[in-house]
Amino acid sequence: MRKILIIFAHPVLEKSRVHKRLLHYIPQQTGITLNDLYENYPDFDIDVKREQELLLAHDIIIWQHPLYWYSAPALLKQWQDLVLEHGWAYGKNGYALKGKKLFNVITSGGSLQAYQREGYQQCTINEVLKPYERTAEICRMTYLPPFWVSGTHKLELPQINEYGHKYGQLLLRLRQESLKDEEMMQASCLNDLIETSENNLA
Amino acid sequence: MEHSFFYKALVFLGAAVLFVPLAKKSGLGSVLGYLIAGVFIGPSVLGFVGAEGQDIMHYAEFGVVMMLFLIGLELEPELLWKLRKSILGLGGLQVIVSTIFIAGIAMLFHFNWQQALALGMILSLSSTAIVLQTMAEKELMRTSAGQSAFAVLLFQDIAVIPMLALFPLLATTDILHKPTTDAHDAGTWVDGQPAWLHAAIVLGTIAAVIVVGRMAVRPLLRLVAKTKMREIFTATALLIVVGIAVLMGRIGLSPALGAFLAGVVLANSEYRHELESDIEPFKGLLLGVFFIAVGASIDFGLVSQHLKEIIMWVLILIAVKALVLFLLGKVFKMGTEQNFIFSFSLTQVGEFAFVLFSFSFQQGILSQETTSIMTAVVAISMGLTPLIILANEKFILPRVGTGETEERPADEIDEKNPVIIAGFGHFGSTIGRFLRANQIPATYLDLDSDRVDTVRKMGLKAFYGDASRVDLLQAAGADKAKIIVIAISSPEKRLEMIETIKMNFPNIHMLVRSANRYDAYDLMNAGMLHIYRETLDTSLRVGVDVMSMLGFRKYTAQRLARNFMRYDEANLKRLSAIRNPDEYVVEARKYMEEIEATLQSDRQYFTGESDLSWDPDKLIEEVRASIQENPLQ
Repeated sequence: MRKILIIFAHPVLEKSRVHKRLLHYIPQQTGITLNDLYENYPDFDIDVKREQELLLAHDIIIWQHPLYWYSAPALLKQWQDLVLEHGWAYGKNGYALKGKKLFNVITSGGSLQAYQREGYQQCTINEVLKPYERTAEICRMTYLPPFWVSGTHKLELPQINEYGHKYGQLLLRLRQESLKDEEMMQASCLNDLIETSENNLA
Repeated sequence: MEHSFFYKALVFLGAAVLFVPLAKKSGLGSVLGYLIAGVFIGPSVLGFVGAEGQDIMHYAEFGVVMMLFLIGLELEPELLWKLRKSILGLGGLQVIVSTIFIAGIAMLFHFNWQQALALGMILSLSSTAIVLQTMAEKELMRTSAGQSAFAVLLFQDIAVIPMLALFPLLATTDILHKPTTDAHDAGTWVDGQPAWLHAAIVLGTIAAVIVVGRMAVRPLLRLVAKTKMREIFTATALLIVVGIAVLMGRIGLSPALGAFLAGVVLANSEYRHELESDIEPFKGLLLGVFFIAVGASIDFGLVSQHLKEIIMWVLILIAVKALVLFLLGKVFKMGTEQNFIFSFSLTQVGEFAFVLFSFSFQQGILSQETTSIMTAVVAISMGLTPLIILANEKFILPRVGTGETEERPADEIDEKNPVIIAGFGHFGSTIGRFLRANQIPATYLDLDSDRVDTVRKMGLKAFYGDASRVDLLQAAGADKAKIIVIAISSPEKRLEMIETIKMNFPNIHMLVRSANRYDAYDLMNAGMLHIYRETLDTSLRVGVDVMSMLGFRKYTAQRLARNFMRYDEANLKRLSAIRNPDEYVVEARKYMEEIEATLQSDRQYFTGESDLSWDPDKLIEEVRASIQENPLQ
């Protein structure tokens, strides 16, 4: 059984359509920890010690956030800047996170088609996520493809719930280690590995 | 009849208006002003009033009844509880020990023990009016000397009640003079009743006062307040006090005692402040008349005969009282300097002495001669108070305890700190602790020598004295410092300080504490740019937590609070510009008007969408519209 830490950053969750539903589908069980950054650090004063201890206590780290201007909301950046300390997370003596898995759970207004070299965004989602991938590598972690909800503005509630269901399933299967590493590394998105449920597609 | 009433009123009011301001101006205090006025119009000097002085005194004693009603009103149970140690310990011991000493000395002068005890009790009291007034004028109320003096005076005020009850037991001769503050017309209900019925009537009446006060008076006041006629409210307040006085007279108890009881019963009612402000002027005026009558009744023929005796008594009293107070101050661990201020300020005999003297004369405890001599002694001891305090400040304080500046080795370089903090109370000390925690050196100014000592013990630079004085500011390095934080609690003193600093140290930045909104207006008018309302940030923090507990996101609540704070600061500036500072309004009304104006203008505050970028609605709308236009996108 793997332990999963979801580091969640959303400045206006009350206005969110997708993330609110995603959170709803996170299984309530020990071993899956939700760390709501904007609720825990409304004044941006991050408790570095607490965050590092949380990281050490988990095997799989998730950054869950909306994609704002090709990046994360400000507090997640602040978190990265402060928590991933030199000599702890990276550098000659920084091995604290070695071997842990990391990926992003993101939502974007842009659609799958838009995030293509030839598409509107002129780059793929993996290219957008390059900074996170490099961060993971420097911290000696394994970076996995994202769980990605795209084209959010066009989604209706049943579709959003379907994403939520998939997210919940993904977390359970990660926890049970029932997904092979190679399988995950080869997928373009982790969503692709989870079967669509029948009842949610109305 | 009418002519004589107006004539008397003319003499009394004229004397008061002439002498009281003069006395206050020369630092003698209002009580002494009234006494001097009385002496002046009395038989010894101008002779405007003569034998009727005694008569007037009986009416004027009603001022004392009102004073006790007000004291009762002010006895908040919480305040009593908070100060219980100093009130009971310090106050109780002061009264008991001083009484014993003075009574002992009186017995040496061949008074019998009853008379000696009465004298001891009366003379152990100090003057609430004089001391509190002086302390407030010198901004000493919040120092440990001020707090202790307050506690002692409070105990003395309460101790008057049992004293009034005790005096009839000390009577050695038959009562020659019937108590005249009672209802003049009729005998009491208890005359000629058997003892058990007497006791039952007295207890029943007291119980009735408490029950009626609790159950009936509040609804009555509410009803009267609804008529919105101020004079009827005033009339009701007077009716309560007069009614109680008459009732108590009827059952043979002291009216003052009854009024005190009624005050305590009403202390927790919502109309407490209204009652206070309505009765206050009557009390002041009647007490004034009372003091004038006391002054007029001093027999100067007698005084000049007993001049030596009087002077001796004054000196003995001051010495004994100061000594007892000082020793008690030591026992209660007051700093030397504070102790001197405390013990010297309470050396006089209080205004209650006049009441108690006339009462003990009526009860036949003390002779007319003793009463006259002692009245003069009391008046002189009061008159000496400002001089004693002055002598203490000029000759004793500079030699003991906390100096204005710290004595340092001469070779030490006296570097000037960039920050000066005036006031080391809860407000200033928090700022100080924060700066110190971050190694920012600051210089502290405070009026309380005990606090200054503490600050110095912590190794900080501190000056002792009134922060609005140029020389003290100069010594603290105001000419070199960048910033001065004005964290003292008195709004008047703050404005005074601002004026001094503007005039003498124009380059320093002033950061000023303000109690509330209208205090902030005054500071704005004084040209202050950095104004910090004590309650603003804290209240908003509570608001944030309320929202969070109701399920709002913390970050959102915090942003809303910061937004509201910015709005409120801007709004304060706006309201400050349109309000009329010359308009005179009573404090309570002023507050309500302020709140009303604020709530009115809060309607302009728009909680709306301040973070449009985070609001996806418009974007969603646009995206969906474009799909309809061009389904292939």
